[in-house]
Amino acid sequence: MTDIAPAIELKGISKAFGPVQANKDISIRVMPGTIHGIIGENGAGKSTLMSILYGFYKADKGEVFISGRKTEIPDSQAAIAAGIGMVFQHFKLVENFTVLENVVLGAEDGWSLGPSLRKARKELINLADEYGLNVDPDALIEEIGVGMQQRVEILKALYRQADILILDEPTGVLTPAEADQLFRILQRLKAEGKTIILITHKLREIMDVTDTVSVMRRGEMTATVKTSETSPQQLAELMVGRKVLLRVDKTPAKPREAVLEVKGLNVTDDKGVHRLKGIDLTVRAGEVLGIAGVAGNGQSELLEVLGGIQFGEGSVKLNGAEIDLTGRHSDGQSRRARGIAHVPEDRQREGLIMNFAAWENTGFGYHHDDRYNRSRLMMDNAALRQDTEEKMDRFDVRPPNPKLAAKSFSGGNQQKIVLAREIERNPDLLLIGQPTRGVDIGAIEFIHQQIVALRDQGKAILLVSVELEEILALSDRIAVMFDGQIMGERLPDETDEKELGLMMAGMTREAAAAQPQNAAQEG
Amino acid sequence: MDVIPKWADAVLVPLISLILAAVLSALVILAIGEDPVAAAKLMVEGAIGSTYGWGYTLYYATNFIFTGLAVSVAFHARMFNIGGEGQAMLGGLGVALVCLYIPFPHWALALPVAIIGAAAFAAIWAAIPAYLQAKRGSHIVITTIMFNFIAAALLNYLLVGMLKPSGAMDPATAKFAATTHLPTFQDLFSWGEKPVFRGAPANVSFFVSLLACVAVWFLIWRTRLGFEIRAYGESESAAKYAGISPTKIIMISMIISGALAGCMAINNVMGEAERLVLGSVEGAGFIGIAVALMGRSHPLGVLLAAILFGFLYQGGAELALWTNIPRELIIVIQALVIMFTGALDNMIRMPLEKIFLMMRKEGAA
Repeated sequence: MTDIAPAIELKGISKAFGPVQANKDISIRVMPGTIHGIIGENGAGKSTLMSILYGFYKADKGEVFISGRKTEIPDSQAAIAAGIGMVFQHFKLVENFTVLENVVLGAEDGWSLGPSLRKARKELINLADEYGLNVDPDALIEEIGVGMQQRVEILKALYRQADILILDEPTGVLTPAEADQLFRILQRLKAEGKTIILITHKLREIMDVTDTVSVMRRGEMTATVKTSETSPQQLAELMVGRKVLLRVDKTPAKPREAVLEVKGLNVTDDKGVHRLKGIDLTVRAGEVLGIAGVAGNGQSELLEVLGGIQFGEGSVKLNGAEIDLTGRHSDGQSRRARGIAHVPEDRQREGLIMNFAAWENTGFGYHHDDRYNRSRLMMDNAALRQDTEEKMDRFDVRPPNPKLAAKSFSGGNQQKIVLAREIERNPDLLLIGQPTRGVDIGAIEFIHQQIVALRDQGKAILLVSVELEEILALSDRIAVMFDGQIMGERLPDETDEKELGLMMAGMTREAAAAQPQNAAQEG
Repeated sequence: MDVIPKWADAVLVPLISLILAAVLSALVILAIGEDPVAAAKLMVEGAIGSTYGWGYTLYYATNFIFTGLAVSVAFHARMFNIGGEGQAMLGGLGVALVCLYIPFPHWALALPVAIIGAAAFAAIWAAIPAYLQAKRGSHIVITTIMFNFIAAALLNYLLVGMLKPSGAMDPATAKFAATTHLPTFQDLFSWGEKPVFRGAPANVSFFVSLLACVAVWFLIWRTRLGFEIRAYGESESAAKYAGISPTKIIMISMIISGALAGCMAINNVMGEAERLVLGSVEGAGFIGIAVALMGRSHPLGVLLAAILFGFLYQGGAELALWTNIPRELIIVIQALVIMFTGALDNMIRMPLEKIFLMMRKEGAA
């Protein structure tokens, strides 16, 4: 092994943004023809490291060796020239161009497009044969699915003769089946001698596909180990720096009367697209109903219409009393007054005002409440600050400074601020979307405990998450959404990720149950 | 985490901008063969060297405080109200109608009624674009600009036709009754033998504008409405989540904004001209945008910026009067100040951020 030069070797990479040390003296060696995982919490410095490798940032210190040669990467052009291809978490594709045009874009051979396109078409067919990356070259990007779009990103990199492929959180937008497909493509790329770096925060993916794995914490590389010689538990500990509970500790639910009853709920958005198509569901006191589904299948709209942000049609009853979905009063204020709390999916766009101080955010949405107001006109800022201090203490928000702007807190602490605000209202129904998106493992544990504790107090909880593991861990019942409809309901002990994955891809519960065991593998 | 401390952002950035604008202005004056030092001296002398000069500077400043506050309030809701000019014109109409047709026994009674008249007319004028934005999605910048032209045409029509006293030659209303005369600084502060502020137009409206500053501060940072306005301005999606109605915030913030712009008329129409003439606003509505930008939409900043622009107006008038520097060049100087303090903000801030970062690093090391 020693005589083969590593495909990538980083030596002593450091990078600071102002006072924040994003990368501290990082060194790794990635051998050619392997899949190397980089795992770490949000803000651990994974993306910064890869951005340095791809020429977006310049390292303050350190050296990069590609195939044994010291290489300067001042910009992404140089990275491509060095054989590095990057697949970003958010795709960089032109929506109204075809697959072929996107592949050629930026790699045209001359002033005339024709020859480049012809060459690219031939090349695409070759690549498809070689790696099983079948895509219709003439399809428009906006008309193909997310999984296909990701393939186009990979094809783009391969078309530019990339030998080293970096994938940043590639499965965030995929169904489990699509993710499995992606991993098979990666295995094949590896077999053909490509080197792959997989950045993720999902332990399962690391265990499934990588050969070696590096763990990052707070800008430092804490360990690099062979995947076969480690365990998820050990990796989690390395990521967080202490022992963590990966499973949620909870007793069986003791559901009582129905709190939320939804019948025939329809939502049509501003553009006239039918987002929810006749949703029926019930959430009872003392249980968590989990909604599984790939992002964009109506879960957001469901939360929004229940939370009073969107208008809808149909019947929604809270504690037996009908809620007005179309009238003037169907807004967040009246929902809160009736005992619906809402932790929105996107805390940075909806749940918080990033430029507001923490104490202003604590009253946000409840600013009509008597205890936050001195008179009909004036707010009681002192009471708000006091209240925030108490909430920060109870929810262990760090730093516990109510005057700090929301944007200055980490993702997990931002989420704790939102949770503290909504849970402490003692609501009958909690709507909660993506409770742990962008939240570090340590905080995930805490947030999950809070949700279970609220359930045990006899509250009804409607949970929406794209993380299947989270749905399985927290829910007492699971409903799967696809294309604005509920495909069926399952109990967490009776189902697994495979079956839920099939339902998330549009199969009904019965069809999914009838699938032979290996069906998921063929997608 | 903020890169530069608050005080530097509020004081240092505008100060450096001003110095740069002054240096550039000096070069321009030098280029046409005049002495920049003498010109600067003359401006300072003329604008703040005497109570007379102050009387003019503060008169102009009063106009700019009202229009600056108007732009600020709307801007907290991220509404860019370019229509201060037209709203102030309509405010003038409100003041004129009140002063012409209601027989007041004393100015102390006339002033509050005139304020209501000015605010009401201007608020309605601002409410139309606000409604179009809230309900129809017509962009507020475009509609408020258009409403400036409509306001000008409307006033032209009214002053040439209906409001002009028969037999008069110029498009203006009759003079208001003497009982509506607002006490000027000369009336207020001349106790001794020698009158101060002699002949200068500054009047009690200045104190009304100071009250307006306090009121706006209170509104934005102490009331629930202000909280909602700021929340909506920071994030529309978050405001919707919290159940804050966008329509309500757009309408109310624009109505308050318009009313503030309209209140300018108690200074220039009631306090100075004592009749409504055509073109009485003289661009103060637009200066208000620069004032709000420079003042960071904070009432204290608006107050200081308004006095600065009052100084530039009065000093500029003195320059035009006593030197060969043409009037147009004075507009160039004012434009340079607007450009540096408003538009080129980041040009100053980014190098400053770098300096502060370096200082911090050295401090840490």
